Amino acid sequence: MSFAASERSAPYWLAGPALLVFLGLVIIPLGMTVLLSFYDWGQYKGIVPEFTLKNWIEIATDSYFFEVFLRTFRISILVTLACVLIGVPEAYILNRMSPGWRSVCLLVVIGPLLVSVVARTLGWALLLGSNGLVNQGLMALGLITTPLEFMFTETGVVIALTHVLIPFMILSVWASLQRLDPQVENAAASLGAGFFTIWRRVILPQVVPGILSGAIIVFALAASAFASPAIIGGRRLKVAATLAYDEFLNTLNWPLGAAVAVLLLVALVLIIVGSNRLVERRYAQVFE
Amino acid sequence: MSHLVLEGLCKSYGAAVAVEALDLKVERGEFVSLLGPSGCGKTTTLQMIAGFVGVDRGRILLDGGDLASVPPAKRGLGIVFQSYALFPHMTVAENIAFGLEMRGIGKAEREQRTLDAMALVGLKGFAERYPRRMSGGQQQRVALARALVIKPALLLLDEPLSNLDAKLREEMQGELRQIQRSVGTTTILVTHDQHEAMALSDRIVVMNHGRVEQIGAPDTVYGQPATAFVANFLGKTNTLAAMGDGAGQVDVLGFRVPLAGAPAGPVSIAVRPERLTLAEGGFPARIKSRVFQGSHWLLGAESEAGTLLLMRPNDGMPVPAEGEAVKIAFAPADAALLTEGKAP
Ligand SMILES: Nc1ncnc2c1ncn2[C@@H]1O[C@H](COP(=O)(O)OP(=O)(O)O)[C@@H](O)[C@H]1O
Ligand SMILES: [Mg+2]
Repeated sequence: MSFAASERSAPYWLAGPALLVFLGLVIIPLGMTVLLSFYDWGQYKGIVPEFTLKNWIEIATDSYFFEVFLRTFRISILVTLACVLIGVPEAYILNRMSPGWRSVCLLVVIGPLLVSVVARTLGWALLLGSNGLVNQGLMALGLITTPLEFMFTETGVVIALTHVLIPFMILSVWASLQRLDPQVENAAASLGAGFFTIWRRVILPQVVPGILSGAIIVFALAASAFASPAIIGGRRLKVAATLAYDEFLNTLNWPLGAAVAVLLLVALVLIIVGSNRLVERRYAQVFE
Repeated sequence: MSHLVLEGLCKSYGAAVAVEALDLKVERGEFVSLLGPSGCGKTTTLQMIAGFVGVDRGRILLDGGDLASVPPAKRGLGIVFQSYALFPHMTVAENIAFGLEMRGIGKAEREQRTLDAMALVGLKGFAERYPRRMSGGQQQRVALARALVIKPALLLLDEPLSNLDAKLREEMQGELRQIQRSVGTTTILVTHDQHEAMALSDRIVVMNHGRVEQIGAPDTVYGQPATAFVANFLGKTNTLAAMGDGAGQVDVLGFRVPLAGAPAGPVSIAVRPERLTLAEGGFPARIKSRVFQGSHWLLGAESEAGTLLLMRPNDGMPVPAEGEAVKIAFAPADAALLTEGKAP
């Protein structure tokens, strides 16, 4: 009897440590951040723990914040699109490779994840700077006369973030490609479908779940990315994450920074859950 | 002219030979099975006909035309894959109509033909179902309908029933044969199940290690196996050592059996268990084992020629007990000369 009971409670005990970590490291700080966003702050009085909507009103009314959030989501959407456009075909090619070549290429693909984000982004800065390799190359080829501006521009940030985040898209799409019946392409071909028709009508609809989960990861990571926008965007090109960082560490206005962080989190959750619902309903039969 | 001709078809994967010098002629409307153990090159042969696998050497002629330069999408063959390879994101009707759509057939005709095909395979009323919500047997029917609806020149079936349980498989065998008869499509079936091949086919191609061992009607291949491999692969058999006299007769345990084409010297002959009879005037043996199988008894008998397997129908006649001495005989016509080596 008692053995059966302890048997039944075992899962809870086993889940306990992870639950504690989750509670202690995620839920409590999150709750405190939300609370913090309602505190008052002044240049000389510092943080005052009394309830005010001041920070939220400031964010809602000051167009500067609107601009930063708009830029953040614009960059995230562009990065997600770029990852889909490049990553999906790349995953397909990877899936069709012979095992030997595949492991080599897979290593190249996830390479960016193995390099420290700072080193990688600095590499991009060297490459994309006005005296960087890309500009020198383009000028040497006579394609441009004046250097293109990548540094401190959204284009530069989008390129760098795409590079960092594309492995997530590729791995995610690849996982769903592997679940495909290897004969399904042959079946479509035998029925008279050409390469692009097979792609559009047979393969793509079946990897939608993979594309979606990849897109969610990429979008979330792009929207909350800090290092790449900080190094390539510089101080001029603020995104939500660098803005919150500035409020916390430069202005020392913690409550306002907390409000920015909470808003970013809420917006992300809403966008992700919303798009997930939408696509899930559209492709219900694929998701089972 | 034969409908489909395979001429000296060869295919290797690196050093491994998958199919070696395969010759086959298939007549219009015929049902031919490629039968052999796993890895003997059946699927490879089928995929070469379908165009998914390149041909190393040899030719494939359909109605006299060489298929070498025709891509799979243009061959117009209906294929049922072992895994069915249905499109999981499309309904049954969409799956079946796909091939018609690719052929640019108008909506009205497409719908009519899809309905007809679903009726043919017994799937009326399943149009809006998704494959995942169907049983293995139903998915198999969808795959068959999808292949047949395009009115293919050839129907290629790769182990289509191997994923079904035994009872359903038998049911589907009968149905498959009946559907094939009614539409009259030339059909090539790949299987490793000798019962399936014998139940369904007009002719069987027995393959082993990428080579053809024997081609013939099911009863011929079963009754007159050309090689020890065929004799053993198609059901149980007794292999007896014999001595040929070079004049059309062989000597088995002192009995002279006329066998056309028997060479002089030691040969192997095969006799099916159900063709061995208990009769006076046969050679002596002792019953070692007796197993009841419902419709018949399986008797193991020890003789000078080794252990023999006999099948006695459960027809009310007395069955010898274990340890009993018996005489075993067979009709000369029931003996088949095996051409290469002895049975393992
Ligand atoms: N893509 C492939 N690469 C390498 N070897 C293969 C490939 N496909 C089949 N083979 C080999 O060719 C032989 C015949 O295979 P297959 O035609 O699939 O046999 P079956 O369908 O009769 O079981 C097997 O030995 C198999 O290992
Ligand atoms: Mg096979």
